[in-house]
Amino acid sequence: MTPAVSFQKVSRHFGSVRAVDAVDLDIAQGEFFAMLGPSGSGKTTCLRLIAGFEQPTSGEISIFGESAGGVPPYRRNVNTVFQDYALFPHLNVLDNVAYGLMVKGVAREERSRAAEEALSLVALPGYGGRKPGQLSGGQRQRVALARALVNRPKVLLLDEPLGALDLKLREQMQEELKSLQKQLGITFVFVTHDQGEALSMADRVAVFNDGRIMQVGTPQEIYGKPATRFVADFVGSSNVLPPDFVQRYAGQKRWGSLRPEVIRVATDATGDGVRGKVVALNYLGAATRITVDADGQRINAVVASGGKLPSPGDDVTLTFNRDAVHLMEGEA
Amino acid sequence: MSSVATTSGRPAIIAGRGGMLGAISDFLWRNPRLFLVLMLLPPLLWLGVIYIGSLIALLLQSFFSIDEYSGLINREFTLKTYAELLQPSNLDIIIRTVVMAAAVTVGSAIVAFPIAYYAARYARGRWKALFYLGIMLPLWSSYLVKIYAWKLILAKEGILNWFFAKIGATWIIDAWLALPVVGGNSLSISATGTFIVFVYVWLPFMILPIQAALERVPGSLVEASADLGASPAQTFRNVLFPLALPGIVAGSIFTFSLTLGDYIIPQIIGTSRLFIGQAVYAHQGTAGNIPLAAAFTVVPIVVMGLYLWFAKRMGAFDAL
Repeated sequence: MTPAVSFQKVSRHFGSVRAVDAVDLDIAQGEFFAMLGPSGSGKTTCLRLIAGFEQPTSGEISIFGESAGGVPPYRRNVNTVFQDYALFPHLNVLDNVAYGLMVKGVAREERSRAAEEALSLVALPGYGGRKPGQLSGGQRQRVALARALVNRPKVLLLDEPLGALDLKLREQMQEELKSLQKQLGITFVFVTHDQGEALSMADRVAVFNDGRIMQVGTPQEIYGKPATRFVADFVGSSNVLPPDFVQRYAGQKRWGSLRPEVIRVATDATGDGVRGKVVALNYLGAATRITVDADGQRINAVVASGGKLPSPGDDVTLTFNRDAVHLMEGEA
Repeated sequence: MSSVATTSGRPAIIAGRGGMLGAISDFLWRNPRLFLVLMLLPPLLWLGVIYIGSLIALLLQSFFSIDEYSGLINREFTLKTYAELLQPSNLDIIIRTVVMAAAVTVGSAIVAFPIAYYAARYARGRWKALFYLGIMLPLWSSYLVKIYAWKLILAKEGILNWFFAKIGATWIIDAWLALPVVGGNSLSISATGTFIVFVYVWLPFMILPIQAALERVPGSLVEASADLGASPAQTFRNVLFPLALPGIVAGSIFTFSLTLGDYIIPQIIGTSRLFIGQAVYAHQGTAGNIPLAAAFTVVPIVVMGLYLWFAKRMGAFDAL
């Protein structure tokens, strides 16, 4: 099947800054694809390249097999939900949602009906008469979504759409977006710097750093088998272990990662395992994170809050299965 | 509490007072309304009494009349002067001025928009500074010098005619000047010349408000419009223009009212037909007909009032 979006050696340079640097990427049709990375990592520029707001310095982008080179944004069957929503302040909600149909010359009655339908899809029926300024952040977010979806885009681009919402609303919208995507079968490309959001929503995740893709994979692969130190560090707070440490405890002289929740902490400093001293405890609710210093190597362990916990300064022994240490193929 | 002790023995939260000035500022801080009154009183006295007061005094004169035989002012309420205003010769002056002001406003808006758009969306840093300098620079030189400069540019022997002759396009100017109303013997003594100079002189007053309005339009709105399938022309019509409209209206208040009241430009450049400003000047000066001059002064005020009322009804301020 033709990929929905395909990048071949795509670069976008701004002067001497390589915002996107030789990126190869295929996004499958009907997929919920997340671009994850810190700010300035090139993920938003990639999104803008798909939308057509930026043109690649070199390389080739194709959308559903068609080359997008030199195609202006208004000739692409791709719609964007902007980070700041970008609702037109002088138009009411209905006219905002119907805007895409209006510029295509759809008759007033028909576009009003389609806009009403799109508003019910995002659970805002009857809000058509209000101005964007009269809506809450979450409602504006839904209007922006309806405004994009009413055009039946082949690919929907979402640029940190949940960034401005508070936690509770964000979680609710995550679920709604996910089920909306399943229901409509449209390819979603979602940009975020929140690893939790990317892991919980996406079918596949691309982790960006410095204009390059570090790893592409399912959330399980990204979290459980990070390819590089950056991915291990950025996604899910894994312990990054240097080659010497890994050789001592897992046999191979490679960089490794170890998830904090697989480490067991024994308060008696006897038996096999990694010896260390507790530096800090962080209460996280159901679990507690214990930071241990083992001969200069910081290791985080996450244990259930219910059991007996050590205190800072205590000597402890850390144990884990050898197999739990993941060797990172992306690091020499 | 015992471990916290101040060396002076008094609570540290209240700092020392600053003598009489300190006492005054404390007093004003406790009486914010008084502070507001003190701040607004001088400008209100200046504007309210001296300026508006004298304007009202002038307008009251328009309800007096002049005795045609003695030339003395008859200080009794009458609408006779306003009836005089509606005589064909005076009505002619009013219509000519209002049409010119409207044309100048539309002309400046068309010229100003691309410049303001460039300044608001593309110019950064040094280019922005250059933009402001370029807009403001003409305002620093004398108004009269600029108008005389234009007289030379537009004259039959001027640079514009010379240039058109060089490229073999003199016929364009000749054809234009042959037209009724806008034409004449040369550009410098035609209504077209008056129009060109008005547009030039008032242009900064149109550019700056439009630029300020466009500056407040987030770039993402233009991108969103394109993203939803609108061509650049559709984006201009449906997004940029409506959002810039308050700026255009603000600018047009300047260009429109300044053109309505100006009496120097039409005197130096243009035909010998009068504009309102010239009529006011003539009637209150040489003719000594203060009531008619005052009545003429009322016209721009009424026209502007109607214009703003209409602009508001058309929704020009909705995006504010």
